Amino acid sequence: MAINFQYTITEDMGLHARPAGLLAKKAKALSSKVTVSCHETTCDARKLIQLMSLEAQKGDTLDITVSGEAEETEAGELSAFLKEVL
Amino acid sequence: MMITLSGQAVTGRVAVGPVHVLSRGLALEDVAAAPGEPAAELKRLEAALEQASAELEDLANQAREKAGDEGALLFEVHAMLLEDDDFLDAVKDRIRDDQVCAPYAVAQAGIELSEAFRAMKTEYMRQRAADMRDVSSLLVRCLTGAPMAIQEPDEPYILAAEDLAPSETMRLNRSLLLGFLTASGSLQSHTAILARSMDLPALVGVGEVDPAWEGRTAVLDGQTGTAYIDPDEALVKTATAHQERQRSDRERLQELIGKENVTIDGRRVEVFANIGGPQDMEAVQANDAGGIGLFRSEFLYLEAKDFPSEEEQFAAYKRVVEAMEGKKVVIRTLDIGADKQVGYFGLDREENPALGYRAIRICLTRPEIFKRQLRAILRASAFGTVSIMFPMIISLEEVRRAKAVLAECRTELEQEGVPIGSTEVGIMVETPAAAILADELAEEVDFFSIGTNDLTQYTLAIDRQNPKLAPFYDPHHPAILRMIQGTVEAGHRHGCWVGICGELGADLSLTETFLRMGVDELSVAPAAILPLRDQIRKLDLRD
Repeated sequence: MAINFQYTITEDMGLHARPAGLLAKKAKALSSKVTVSCHETTCDARKLIQLMSLEAQKGDTLDITVSGEAEETEAGELSAFLKEVL
Repeated sequence: MMITLSGQAVTGRVAVGPVHVLSRGLALEDVAAAPGEPAAELKRLEAALEQASAELEDLANQAREKAGDEGALLFEVHAMLLEDDDFLDAVKDRIRDDQVCAPYAVAQAGIELSEAFRAMKTEYMRQRAADMRDVSSLLVRCLTGAPMAIQEPDEPYILAAEDLAPSETMRLNRSLLLGFLTASGSLQSHTAILARSMDLPALVGVGEVDPAWEGRTAVLDGQTGTAYIDPDEALVKTATAHQERQRSDRERLQELIGKENVTIDGRRVEVFANIGGPQDMEAVQANDAGGIGLFRSEFLYLEAKDFPSEEEQFAAYKRVVEAMEGKKVVIRTLDIGADKQVGYFGLDREENPALGYRAIRICLTRPEIFKRQLRAILRASAFGTVSIMFPMIISLEEVRRAKAVLAECRTELEQEGVPIGSTEVGIMVETPAAAILADELAEEVDFFSIGTNDLTQYTLAIDRQNPKLAPFYDPHHPAILRMIQGTVEAGHRHGCWVGICGELGADLSLTETFLRMGVDELSVAPAAILPLRDQIRKLDLRD
């Protein structure tokens, strides 16, 4: 059972290089598999270039899916992280 | 045929000289294909990746020294691109499947991914193509041990490039640069920042840079935002004369470095720098400031998303204090509010923010924020000469309360056994109330620094941002000058030194007036230091 949640970007520059880099780093540190979708494209959250290719802007909603044994705690962690950087 | 280009001028300078079109010694397209044994090439790749990450970390640290965390960010992003799985898979697949050497695999993967960035919809992402290329050529260089990417001519030249990567601006030999010409980029690009800090002409966003310009003469006119390739003789002549004048002016000013700031009749005055953060230290040193007269400590708060910790503040103050090697550093405590709003402070919207909840008023009602900053400043004081300055003071009571909080922090740190230095305490005189009460206030403090921008706005009741008020606005209004004079005299009666840190301090038409009043220190933007020192040395106060 994967966990799915949405996050709307508030950062003025959108999902630019820095938050994308931080997100990729964060996703690599989690045990769950994390995917991020936006504009009908889905990508692996551990991959920086893919994340940047989403070209997600301020106001866009990211659709995030977390699946794995620790998905519940990790989804919470990820959601808090997104609020902080994005 | 003369080619005329127009773009955005970064500085008003003029340059003439031969063009050097930046050839990135390692154009990815030029990396030759050669066969390779996959296992060996993969091993070679691992070693090069390690070296490349180490180099990027180095560059990030250097940039952090020069420009703070924001400057380091780009190299951190480059380090992340280097670790990206898609990039590495693209390289490894080529090594395994095509059995090619690692440098070729990296170059091809870099080209492919930079093209992918170039095809993106937003301008920001298209610009990242240059980052992808920068990272790939770094890795190729680590693989092949080729020399540094930039090959420079050995005589002065105008550098032309598509745009400069930050790693390139860091590596350029600055002594030979006459100016910059870039096809893309904006006034905020790395090229523009470098040009500004070196006070060189730069024209950014001219549209295209043609490799065929190599070695041809160019004129860069920062006053009109125009560049000419193969300019006619008349243009070269005017530009050469202009460039000569700039050079001799600059050389003349450079000669002032290390000399005393004394008038002809022997009156000494300190010339200090106003700074907004550690990123300004390069300019401070290049202009030989005698100290820092105003360190606007807000920058850490304005950049952050939450209250900066004591540790973060301490690190930033310490960096500046150490770089000044014992010269005075006046740190102004937090001046947030009014035109400088920060979300996490949770400040209410105000009808009249300039007269509102700001600066010392916030600090005295939210002591936890104030104490965190004062502790950080006191800790930094162990590394040099630090003075603490409170902004927006209107009463004796405020000064006493602020000093009480400072004393409390000092006692706490002493009990914790943390080393701290001795610090002068002073106030900004930027309200008419403080100027009028200067005699009483002077008994409580060691120095005054007159903030002429706010003092003018509050005294004349004129908002300088409002263009309609321009006809009523007189920066040399006698009321202002009289307030400054009164403040200087009151300060001196009680043994305080008195400086000016507002924009008027750099107004050369007032330098003589200020010196006659007895002003002890003038603190101005780094670029204004040498012209001001020149003016001081021309004055004779006898008669």
